[in-house]
Amino acid sequence: MSKLVDGVLTAVGHGRGGVAVAHNKNTAELPVERMPIPERVVLPMQQHIGAPCVPTVKVGDKVAVGQVIGDTDKFVSAPIHATISGTVKAVGDVKLANGLITKGVTIESDGEMRMFEGLEPPKVTNKQELFAAVRASGLVGLGGAGFPTHVKLNTPPDKPIDTLVINAAECEPYITVDYRECIENSKNIMDGVYTLKELLGIKNVIIAIEDNKPKAFKNLKAIADLDNDRGDEVKLMVLKSRYPQGAEKMMVLSATGRRVPPGKLPADVGCIVMNVGSAAFVARYLATGKPLISRSITVDGSAIATPKNLRVPIGTNIQDIIDYCGGFKEEPRKIISGGPMMGIAICDTNAPICKQNNAILAFADRKGTVKRERACIRCGRCVEVCPMSLMPTLIERQARIRDAEGLARSHTMVCMECGSCAYACPSGRPLVQYMRLAKQVLREEGAK
Amino acid sequence: MAKRLTVSASPHVRSHETTTGIMLDVILSLVPALVMSAVYFGTRALALAAVCVGTAVLSEYLARKIMKRDNTLGDLSAVVTGLILAFNLPATLPLWMAAIGSVIAIVIVKQMFGGIGQNFVNPAITARIILMMSFPSAMAKWIVPFSSAWSPDAVTAATPMAILNGTTDLAAAEGLPSLTQMLIGYHGGSMGEVCSVALLAGACYLLLRRVISPAIPVSFIGTVAVIMLIAGKGNWQFMVYELLGGGLILGAFFMATDYSTSPINRKGRIIFGIGCGLITSVIRLFGSLPEGVSFSIILMNILVPHIERLTTPKPFGYEKPEKKKEEAAKV
Repeated sequence: MSKLVDGVLTAVGHGRGGVAVAHNKNTAELPVERMPIPERVVLPMQQHIGAPCVPTVKVGDKVAVGQVIGDTDKFVSAPIHATISGTVKAVGDVKLANGLITKGVTIESDGEMRMFEGLEPPKVTNKQELFAAVRASGLVGLGGAGFPTHVKLNTPPDKPIDTLVINAAECEPYITVDYRECIENSKNIMDGVYTLKELLGIKNVIIAIEDNKPKAFKNLKAIADLDNDRGDEVKLMVLKSRYPQGAEKMMVLSATGRRVPPGKLPADVGCIVMNVGSAAFVARYLATGKPLISRSITVDGSAIATPKNLRVPIGTNIQDIIDYCGGFKEEPRKIISGGPMMGIAICDTNAPICKQNNAILAFADRKGTVKRERACIRCGRCVEVCPMSLMPTLIERQARIRDAEGLARSHTMVCMECGSCAYACPSGRPLVQYMRLAKQVLREEGAK
Repeated sequence: MAKRLTVSASPHVRSHETTTGIMLDVILSLVPALVMSAVYFGTRALALAAVCVGTAVLSEYLARKIMKRDNTLGDLSAVVTGLILAFNLPATLPLWMAAIGSVIAIVIVKQMFGGIGQNFVNPAITARIILMMSFPSAMAKWIVPFSSAWSPDAVTAATPMAILNGTTDLAAAEGLPSLTQMLIGYHGGSMGEVCSVALLAGACYLLLRRVISPAIPVSFIGTVAVIMLIAGKGNWQFMVYELLGGGLILGAFFMATDYSTSPINRKGRIIFGIGCGLITSVIRLFGSLPEGVSFSIILMNILVPHIERLTTPKPFGYEKPEKKKEEAAKV
């Protein structure tokens, strides 16, 4: 729910629950730097939610930047493109940062960054052409979830969409790539917003940002003000900064006052939520025809010598990126791919950056990241902060005794693993881990 | 890489709150009332508190050791239980009786049910009730403040709640302290419950530190206030006596709010508080006992699982499956 103040929507309240996490946006004023072309990239065939791609090149093939090297005919998927030019060195199993092993293509650079011939701006005049173009661009949600964008945009005709929410909240601590996008590429964001609005035929666009980013606010306000004389259908919405403000369901609630029911998507209540970086990419793709071959990431944390915002070819080795940032100034005790609230702790830096990675964080101090685990004291903080109104401590108990019936009654599947409960828990209980276990129990018991 | 990286489930940042920190806050919040009881009842009050806390800590240590569980003294919850039990005892109580109370609270009520967070009734209150039943006269020996609590013939006095038992007429109640005396605690009663001002100061600290939520104390005290206003036919002074007298403030802020034995969500907490207020009022107005805070809390403790089941919050965006029912009705 939000009200209009001086032409800007101001979110009223912030939904239920949530936690006040220290922002630590240390890299906010660091412009995105282009990292030199790496010697080799590893391109996994699964960089998105959905069906993995099948490699379309073989060892020894010469590839150019932007050439499709992996694709599938499955709908929920996105093609993979070569991100540097060179020779295919290997096609086989590769290990991702999260430990998953998937098929991947390794390309050794020829140092030329030769563009693939035939990359030209797609002709897009209607919805269907837009969906095809977005799919061909290989775009997946750049905010972290990695859901193929063309699937998200292609809503079923029986679910009319009236609101497009552009998500620039970036509520995860440390990460500043969306913020940099708003500062450096606001022209792309503007083009993306108006093109999408027009092609998708969506009446209202709401660009959402947290109140701790005044500079980005100015740029986005200018974008929202562009159509003031044409009905003012594009509006800027300011949210009080609070985690997990940027979560899709919370966004929809703040922007429209609608609640996405359990197991449903924003489209079910007439909304599409899109990351601001994804919207800007759509505009760039439509203008240049250059598919998703690089992305911005924040490299930060107490163990990193020189924190940076970087633009890196997808598939760049994480260790190479850390080395480019001056390596470690202290021995790292924990390295995270993504933000500290929902990111994945990795055990090996010898893994590639994928399309949905938005940060690499390395911490020297283990203390801040783990808390001594004690027995639950039933203080109720997890219940109080859960934005989905669940009872995490109850779900933990039910998961431990594998009580599938109880877990279903507790609506376990509604949990989005935002981590607010575990953040707030004074007894340091690994509640998100139990949430995942609970979902696993439900899946297993459901399969029986 | 020779380094050993920690790999754990998200989130990778945690709040600074810890169980130990919370318990330390509770202990700090009880200090003003402890100081005041030392002022009124002398070193005897401190000795009683020391025995209760010491025995509680020792019992917790031994119980965990014998049960081959990890040592949990570091969470400080045993200190809190000991201190709250001491607050519920008359300053003259023989020290060995107090020690028995602590053993009951920690070993039987808390550890036998699995330790912190697992007990279904409040340990300190249960211990107090068992002591009341086992040693009725020693547990009802209330002395006048500033008379030596060490001496066996200290001057005894009735508590305000005993004076008001069965009557709502303040004029007919002989020996009733003034309202100021009620507020500062210059009257007979358990060593920690008398000084309302000190307890309220501690309660404010807990509320400001967000250790407790206002739901239970407000609904508990509010319910008693409303009922007493009606019972006293609108006499606000009678109501204030009922609020300041007995263990209401100690109970509502420090014992009914015990995490383990109160509902986990706000709606449940409000129901819990109202229930405590109702039972307290009924016992005070109609029962033969002068005071009912302990019994009301313990009775509501037992109802907590049921209250929680009835007040489980509906998840975000949940809609009652009404349509299906309507459709079924049409067919």
